[in-house]
Amino acid sequence: MSVLRFDCRFSYPAGFGLNFAFVAERGVIALVGPSGSGKTTVLHLIAGLLKPQNGTITLHDQVLFDSKMRVNLPPEGRGVGYVFQDYQLFPHLTVGKNLRYGQRRTRQTGIDFDRIVNILELGDLLRRYPYSLSGGQKQRVAVGRALLRSPKLLLLDEPLSALDPSLRASVAEHLVRAIEEFHIPTLLVSHDRESIEWLAHTTVSMDPTDSAARSGNSV
Amino acid sequence: MLLTVAEWQAVRLTLLVASVAVVVSLPPAVAVAWLLAKRNFPGKFLLETIVNLPLVLPPVVTGYLLLVIFGRQGLLGGFLERTFGLRFVFDWKGAALASAVVAFPLLVRPIRVAFSAIDDRLVQAARTLGAGPFDAFCSIMLPLARPGILSGSLLGFARSMGEFGATIMIAGSIPGETRTMSLLIYSQLDAPGGMEQSVRLVAASIIIAATALLAGELLERYGRRRLQGATA
Repeated sequence: MSVLRFDCRFSYPAGFGLNFAFVAERGVIALVGPSGSGKTTVLHLIAGLLKPQNGTITLHDQVLFDSKMRVNLPPEGRGVGYVFQDYQLFPHLTVGKNLRYGQRRTRQTGIDFDRIVNILELGDLLRRYPYSLSGGQKQRVAVGRALLRSPKLLLLDEPLSALDPSLRASVAEHLVRAIEEFHIPTLLVSHDRESIEWLAHTTVSMDPTDSAARSGNSV
Repeated sequence: MLLTVAEWQAVRLTLLVASVAVVVSLPPAVAVAWLLAKRNFPGKFLLETIVNLPLVLPPVVTGYLLLVIFGRQGLLGGFLERTFGLRFVFDWKGAALASAVVAFPLLVRPIRVAFSAIDDRLVQAARTLGAGPFDAFCSIMLPLARPGILSGSLLGFARSMGEFGATIMIAGSIPGETRTMSLLIYSQLDAPGGMEQSVRLVAASIIIAATALLAGELLERYGRRRLQGATA
């Protein structure tokens, strides 16, 4: 059974366009493609941060966007967790308050705060502010914050690319452990082969010339 | 420093007028600053011009326009007096209104700068975490813009303290009722020996306004450092 069905056309005012369709099953799926192919744009469209010109986006049978039916759920109503490339932790809130931000705003109580803190090893950081954290710590907080929203789909934008090579393996390990613990379908975008090998079960290519990868995993 | 009864009255009235002016104009200043910092819309240039107009208009002209609008026979003044009992002419509320209008651009400017410095993706992150637009504004934008809001409020307060031209046009200079520090200094200077007499009030004005400005500057620096540290 498919988790996500995506079939959208989108173009920026400056002219860059995207016309892309794929179906995501359970597990961790990597959206791969060259720089400028629109990988992050796809994540923004799924999260509701951008609006397609037309098409449909369905998550677990819930229509997030349908241009014909005039459905366009706002980001807060989509049940999607988004981990931004540069984390976007709230600088005025402690790690503990960052983590609870989404949890306080969702009615679902699926994911336990202490469990997340334990898996991502955030216990010692709860009272610290984001500016005092290393890149790897920020990434773990961002993942924890997104997971505590109890998302139906987790979106990861270049989850390891901003980290020092020495930190990557450790953060990837934490990520895999958290995703497997809570069985959350995950879509990640990356141009980095190492991240994909560590994290993803399958790949979907956005490169129009890459017909093999595209036909294997996308529609 | 010992002040006379009339001078204390003027100090108290000035603080009341400046405080009310800032409190009343802060919500619209925050809204306008947010619009100018984060939204593009037709007429934005016009709004910007109107907001900044009191900075460049002679205060007497601002006072004249306020009289036309809020005078007892004015476009709004008659209605407000009949409906809510709100009178501005020859009343301390008129002085507060004049101060609010003249100080408005000084409130808006630092708040707008503070909003502009906030990364829009923080709001996007808040939205994906379940916050609606108003919730995201209150929980992310306002706290991050707090140094700018405080700085703008203090700047506006300091400007309100020194308001003269627009205030005398709409509120007059009634001892104990509308005679603020600036107006009292002016009337003291008009009397024999006024230069010596007004020294105390001049010193008090300088101390209060300088303290407000210094506090504003320090808060803005602190806020800037905190934001820079947070996004480093």
